[in-house]
Amino acid sequence: MALNWFKFAAPASFYPLAGRLIPVFWVLTASTLLIGLYWGFFQTPDQLGGSNPQKDYYRIIFIHVPSAWMSMWLYVVMAIWAAVGLVFKTRLSFMMANAIAPTGAIFTFLALWTGAFWGRPSWGTYWDWDPRLTTELILFFMYIGYIALHAAIDDVRRADRAAALLAIVGLVMVPLIFWSVNCPDPNQCAALHQRSDLTKIEGNILFSMLMITFAFWMYSFATTLMRLRGSILLRESDSTWVQEVVRREARQ
Amino acid sequence: MKTRQQRLIFVGLAILGVGAASALAVSALNSNISYFFSPSQVLAGEAPVDRVFRVGGLVTPGTILRQEDGLTVHFDVTDNAGTVTVAYTGILPDLFSEGQGVVTRGRLEPGGIFKAEEVLAKHDEEYMPPEVASTLHTAHANEVADTAHTIEASN
Repeated sequence: MALNWFKFAAPASFYPLAGRLIPVFWVLTASTLLIGLYWGFFQTPDQLGGSNPQKDYYRIIFIHVPSAWMSMWLYVVMAIWAAVGLVFKTRLSFMMANAIAPTGAIFTFLALWTGAFWGRPSWGTYWDWDPRLTTELILFFMYIGYIALHAAIDDVRRADRAAALLAIVGLVMVPLIFWSVNCPDPNQCAALHQRSDLTKIEGNILFSMLMITFAFWMYSFATTLMRLRGSILLRESDSTWVQEVVRREARQ
Repeated sequence: MKTRQQRLIFVGLAILGVGAASALAVSALNSNISYFFSPSQVLAGEAPVDRVFRVGGLVTPGTILRQEDGLTVHFDVTDNAGTVTVAYTGILPDLFSEGQGVVTRGRLEPGGIFKAEEVLAKHDEEYMPPEVASTLHTAHANEVADTAHTIEASN
């Protein structure tokens, strides 16, 4: 093996690495978020035209679309770490899946919430049981269910395995969310959302959307790693290296 | 190593099973998702008679009529094959306009008029400033006309 991948699978060596990476991710989050928000508010048209004449409020998509994308992406990443944990029994993978869940749940909630605010003026309703909205709500429940199941089992290793299995089963929702709008025949999957098409979005709008998506992604890295460091310390609290870390940080 | 391979197979099978379930659900969604009925389905009697359901389609240009009470609006919803007249009392959403997609929820009255309790406007995937959109609009209209032709041809 040329590169020792398993070196960083050990919590003791990953803990300091994560500590060095977190500030980098925070800087990336702040800078791209500022650029994205500035561009979204000042460099994009004040209202849309043609067959989609939305006014200023269309700018909610700069938060709505990135958080909806992240909600699905983070679930896939979480399920992958859960699967890796189940196969290789690496403690860190389970902790990773565990640390992603709250961030994913927040983004799912944000997508639903901003969607409701946008939906009221444009569609005419906060909520409707349209296929896209319903599947996204179920994804939110999957995140909550994962977190709750993990918290409900006292033995951490049992909790890891049970919750990982649930995460994999919940993976069924991700393609459904995508296909609820993007099926080949638009007459068959009628919904309030239109099928997504990035080529029909003006360049400036697309730029700020992608910029904020990147910012949200970096935010996910930062918060996940912070949470991960916390759970590494908790779970490895009996080991000598954790006690050394605690003693060192207490002295500072 | 033996047990790790067994676990790998187990997790692989689980993911395959989940994928199969997802594929089945997608195909089920495709064939009978009745979030709303199209006007031609309503005319063909496929929609329930004594129950609340949704009708979706495009608002026919030139058919939006405000009634004398000032609150009730009548308009035609079409899918280019059939047309249903909708009556609605209340405030219409921002994006409601002629030629645009709507989803209305309500009951079919004996006279053939669909009495809506709720009218929702559909938005478009086009996010363009007005000047760009106006040039694109003609292209979009042509596209809609094309699909209408293909629907008619396939019927």
